[in-house]
Amino acid sequence: MNTKNASLTRIGAAPWKFLLLAAALLFSYALPVHADDHEEADASSEAAVEEESGPVDDYNELLEAQGEYAPAYDFFTTSMLWTVIAAALVFLMHLGFATLESGLCQQKNVVNVLFKNVFIISIGVVTYAFFGFNTHYPGDFNGWFSWGGMIGDLNADGGNTWGYGGLGLAMTGFGDFIFQAMFAATGATIVSGAVAERVKLGSFMIFAVLFVGFAYPVAGSWHWGGGYLASLDIPFKDFAGSTVVHAFGGFGALACVMVLGPRKGKYTENGIKPIPAHSFPLAAIGVFLLMFGWYGFNGGSVLSAEPGALGLVFTTTTLGACAGALGAIAVSWFMLKKPDLSMALNGLLAGLVGITANADVISVGNALIIGLIAGAIVVVSIIFLDKSKIDDPVGAISVHGVCGIWGTIAVAIFGEGDFSMASQIQGAVLVSAFAFIFSYVVFSILKAVMGVRVSEEEEERGLDISEHGQEAYTN
Amino acid sequence: MKLIKAIIKPFKLEEVKDALSEIGVEGMTVSEVKGFGRQKGHTEIYRGSEYTVDFLPKVKLEIAVADDLVTKVVDAIVSAAQTGKIGDGKVFIIPVEEAVRIRTGEKGEIAL
Repeated sequence: MNTKNASLTRIGAAPWKFLLLAAALLFSYALPVHADDHEEADASSEAAVEEESGPVDDYNELLEAQGEYAPAYDFFTTSMLWTVIAAALVFLMHLGFATLESGLCQQKNVVNVLFKNVFIISIGVVTYAFFGFNTHYPGDFNGWFSWGGMIGDLNADGGNTWGYGGLGLAMTGFGDFIFQAMFAATGATIVSGAVAERVKLGSFMIFAVLFVGFAYPVAGSWHWGGGYLASLDIPFKDFAGSTVVHAFGGFGALACVMVLGPRKGKYTENGIKPIPAHSFPLAAIGVFLLMFGWYGFNGGSVLSAEPGALGLVFTTTTLGACAGALGAIAVSWFMLKKPDLSMALNGLLAGLVGITANADVISVGNALIIGLIAGAIVVVSIIFLDKSKIDDPVGAISVHGVCGIWGTIAVAIFGEGDFSMASQIQGAVLVSAFAFIFSYVVFSILKAVMGVRVSEEEEERGLDISEHGQEAYTN
Repeated sequence: MKLIKAIIKPFKLEEVKDALSEIGVEGMTVSEVKGFGRQKGHTEIYRGSEYTVDFLPKVKLEIAVADDLVTKVVDAIVSAAQTGKIGDGKVFIIPVEEAVRIRTGEKGEIAL
């Protein structure tokens, strides 16, 4: 109230400033009146422009060079633009993961969680450049594995033209790379939430390099890289990665959590002693950021700016998310007697994961059903895992692993097109089992060689102090 | 000189502060504390598991006053902080051996 009076007083104190501003506004409204004069002037100045050869000529030359291809080039340009924007949106999901995970963990472990998140995106993209991209997309190979090398100049050999991928991959080579690179790191970051608050930093970093750097592109090559799953009679379908990203990460997380063990004091003789989130605002911000980024995740997986597909995918993605939240709210409220915010947040993500495999081939009604079921499943899964003494501070295994499988199966149930339940199950099981076994073996080796868990005292003090010597909040 | 320690419900702080300034109390220290008496705690639920929160948030006021003000201050605190329900809090009166004003070095009752 005080500010309002002050500002009025200020205008009254210097009325000439206000009048000057008003005069400037009036003058700017008068300017368009002169537009007509401009058009007449254009004709005479055009001749002058032609003589001087300025920037306008470059555009005219470009149009002439494209000739009849100009509209196609426009589509290619728009698609590539959308692709790089989508890549940036998928990058933003790392901000969502960082805030969600730190919100759901205890205050004394926030620095550690954030550090893991910074490391994962960094190592994820770098290994993808060094090895991942060409392993993920090896071209012609045996369908199972091909050792890829570092990416070179992806603009070369027509990589900077629409010839690179045609209509179905309307982007340049670099656009393809950067979009896929952003996906890669999201797989490992799923694991970081599940192992939070007791994992040893060094061991986790080594695991992450292998999981993201090696396992992810190999598993991905089986489907998006044109490998075994893509060459089934009725090919496996996973639009944006319910299996190859989410179930992959979720089951990797399950393996690591089983090797690692639960947080100290969580499971007692008297039952489960919850370790509540330290900041629900951070967690909620994280989930909304993840959903925002998901528009790039699913929307970008259209791989072009095809208007029909883009509109559909944005719609089904959103409906899946909302239905997921509602499903989780309904089921958790009924089962737990009170509405639980963390369940609602997980439900939103569960709906998104559930829709990720099938967003481009389902109807509006089916999107709602898939989302609702995902929201219901995630609540049951979270409670079941907790009762089974699988300690997952953020619900990653349920959200990404379990709902990833659901989204994949939903393709065969609800998808409009030629899909096979057998292929879907095969793909889901193959990738999930690979992720699980790979992670179990690697993490067990790390456990034997260097340990994967901090000591009890370090866990009690908090990883921020014991592993980093820093505090998240110095107050 | 006496130090009056009062543990009250957090939402009562403004009311108590106003009541005290009405009777001429010029300063106090306030801290956020947790505690319980007969009020016990309550049950919370997180992701399907229940747990009891024994410690409830309270506010602690510490006011140093001259002996002749003690009764007035205690009465003011009690009437402002009271709700009639369990958990209203407690007031303790502790003798103060010495008081010093840091700025000037004054000692005794004039330092209060």
